[in-house]
Amino acid sequence: MPEYNININGKVKKIDADTDTPILWVLRDHLDLVGTKYGCGIAQCGACTVHLNGSAIRSCSVAVSAVGNQVITTIEGISKSTEKIENIVKKAWLTHDVAQCGYCQSGQIMNATALLKTNPNPSDTDIDRAMTGNICRCGTYTRIKTAIKTAAAQLT
Amino acid sequence: MILVKTKYNRRSFLKVSAASSGGMILGFSWLASCNPTKEQAMSMPKSWFDINAFIKIGENGLVTIFSPNPEIGQNIKTSMPMVVAEELDVAWENVIVEQAALDTQKYERQIAGGSQSIRRGWQSLRMAGATARHMLMEATAKEWGVSISSLATSNGTIKHKETGKSTSYGDMAANASTLEIPEKVQLKDPKDFKIIGQPTKNVDGEKIISGAPLFGLDFKREGMKISMIEHSPAFGMKLKGFNEEVIKSMPGISDVLIINTAPKEASWSNVNAFTEVIAIVGNNTWQVMKAKKALIAEWEWDSPAENSQDHEFKLEQSLQTGDKELARKDGNPEQAFKRASRVIEKTYSAPFLAHNTMEPMNFFAEVSKEKAELIGPIQTPESMGKSISNLLDIPIENVTVNLTRMGGGFGRRLYGNFGLEAATISYKTGKPIKLIYSREDDMTQGVYRPAYKVKYRAALDNKNELIGFSIHGTGIHESPVYENRFPAGAVPNYLVEKTSIDSNISTGAWRAPRSNFIAGAEQSFLDEVAEAAGKDPIDFRLELFDRNINNPIGSDNDYDPQRYAGVLKLVRDKSNWNVKTKGIYRGVSAYFCHNTYVAQVLDMEMVNGKYKIKKVWCAIDCGIVINPEGAINQAEGGIIDGIGHAMYSNLTFDKGSTIQKNFDTYSMIRHRQSPSEIEVFFVDNGIDPTGLGEPTLPPISGALANAIYQTSGQRLYKQPFIQQDIKLG
Repeated sequence: MPEYNININGKVKKIDADTDTPILWVLRDHLDLVGTKYGCGIAQCGACTVHLNGSAIRSCSVAVSAVGNQVITTIEGISKSTEKIENIVKKAWLTHDVAQCGYCQSGQIMNATALLKTNPNPSDTDIDRAMTGNICRCGTYTRIKTAIKTAAAQLT
Repeated sequence: MILVKTKYNRRSFLKVSAASSGGMILGFSWLASCNPTKEQAMSMPKSWFDINAFIKIGENGLVTIFSPNPEIGQNIKTSMPMVVAEELDVAWENVIVEQAALDTQKYERQIAGGSQSIRRGWQSLRMAGATARHMLMEATAKEWGVSISSLATSNGTIKHKETGKSTSYGDMAANASTLEIPEKVQLKDPKDFKIIGQPTKNVDGEKIISGAPLFGLDFKREGMKISMIEHSPAFGMKLKGFNEEVIKSMPGISDVLIINTAPKEASWSNVNAFTEVIAIVGNNTWQVMKAKKALIAEWEWDSPAENSQDHEFKLEQSLQTGDKELARKDGNPEQAFKRASRVIEKTYSAPFLAHNTMEPMNFFAEVSKEKAELIGPIQTPESMGKSISNLLDIPIENVTVNLTRMGGGFGRRLYGNFGLEAATISYKTGKPIKLIYSREDDMTQGVYRPAYKVKYRAALDNKNELIGFSIHGTGIHESPVYENRFPAGAVPNYLVEKTSIDSNISTGAWRAPRSNFIAGAEQSFLDEVAEAAGKDPIDFRLELFDRNINNPIGSDNDYDPQRYAGVLKLVRDKSNWNVKTKGIYRGVSAYFCHNTYVAQVLDMEMVNGKYKIKKVWCAIDCGIVINPEGAINQAEGGIIDGIGHAMYSNLTFDKGSTIQKNFDTYSMIRHRQSPSEIEVFFVDNGIDPTGLGEPTLPPISGALANAIYQTSGQRLYKQPFIQQDIKLG
């Protein structure tokens, strides 16, 4: 099995995995980082969203061999982050008690954080457009939008 | 205060057990690792004292409350312990919540289903708290040589009223844990509630946003293998053979086998069309997924292949000529329709739906010939335990089922076939395994919401009074009609008939079973009848409730017309229904299910040629609201979920297979399509609480259809609405 050295949440990890293994399963099975969720496996639901060099990507559809020197951040990385945006987003999620079952929320938070990094003052349309790839069966969409707006208000 | 007998309807949960020193009751390291991350006001105690099955108290006063029922996103893990803490009289910030394992000796009805957890648990949760409080007071009274009645409690402290002398629950926990259960305890007067009624955050909130391992799919144990199954590609097919040797030799694969989980005695929860499947076991998920892709299996037909055209034809035909079961008849409906000045007749239909919990089905199993240990997401743990005992001939006392948090339930996890599969795979391979369904497995091996059709007829006389009403409902495996619900009791001549159609497709409960379709159909039809009668849709409904209040027809009507009318009036007033705003088009709907009353007004506008839901107003009567924060969240979720499924979702069949297999073809509502705003109002009446996980979903499709009609003049009879060129954005 090939060996990869990948920067995840600020640390370089050595991974033995088949070349086509999606980042999702490297995180979940090889590194015990299970905050990144499996939802569909075909980049349609957003549950597996992580950051690759700061941009939101669907980790179910990017192979470990494609990562190279790029930097991966997961929900566990965001959770421990001391940076302003990350902490404002986490706080907003708690303030609005967004979660119901909670399963999709790591993906929602990863996507929302990536949005606010590039657009700290998004309009409703910007939020709709950026978040449209993240499904929530429980229907927490209005709370997610409110949380993003609360976070944005503290950034600008 | 209310005095209640503690023995009523209780089994051994009130037995006092000995102190368990320095540890967790749950020995499972993974589950016990789900300990609080939030900063407690106190640090962890050195010893815990079990007061009863719901409560243990540490010597420093920290309290652990076990939440008995499965958590599927209905927030029961927060609201059930709130009820216990209220009667125990402790500060909520000093409470830790733990998920209880299945224990039929200690707890009753450990089920997440039918929106019944709070309603059915209300008395026992209160008693668990109140008896513990009483025992702490009794221990104090004995130590101080005073009477119990001379003591008062407040936020975890006990005070002697005369002298002001005080002690804490922590100091008294050891002694209290040795006492007999009191025969009677006092429950609080609802007006004295301090925790119930306070907006309270989800107890797992911080763990959820930090990606902590909470869900079944996250569970791991040393030496655990990953397993997946391959079921037949169509309903009606069974396995003939497969390329076993090729799969066995693939990297990381340890076992490939055929399993059969057909129960010897089927219970209601054993719904599964695919009892014989291929199981693959390997080291990690991706390797098992690759092996699954490499499977070449042969299948043969066992029963006829069905498709959606056949279903549509059969449903339609069954409304015309099918066998009908008479479910209810009041007065003389035939005659009423004959003498009517006007008859309105409309037929409504809806497709099969998949549950699509965001966390696909999965379960951990470690099973030997003698015992079975199961851990994972299941709404019916007791039923799963019994089925496994029965299937594998393992004594029930040697079967344990532990619950993880669930990435959604919606009824799918009532049917625990995945647990039986996991148990069988572990039993046969002798290895601890975690079974995982791919999204495709999950969507194609469903226990679907049935496809339904219903025909409504209404008879109006020459004064536009509703004199006759008939309903004929049909569906795959079941009719969607509840014959004793509204407008039963309000129409003198009333007829309900039911038909069901056989199929080899597995169907079952899906969030608010039957109501999820019939509410929208009924409320759309009533809108049309009100219009034909020249009446405001809210006034029209209120007139019908008045009829039932003043002169009810029949004696077995399921609902209370006063409470029903109450939510309708509340939503009318809150939404300023009688004030017309230019460019805003409104639809109204009201429904009763799961013992709860809901009325909704939906405001629609047209933006750039697309429908945009500007606001939903929602009035609810579910009695006492335990946690307003969680309750509002449930209501919002039910509304969005209901709009989404009425608008978009559709599961169709071709040659026995679902055409939709993943989210690229099965449409779910997205952020941009949900309402811009939802406002929720509760009726404050002090009545014992009823459920809220389901009741807000059913009526919203009616309010949506009625608002669309006001906007464009288009009536909608067929779900999903998107197929009739309705676009939300």
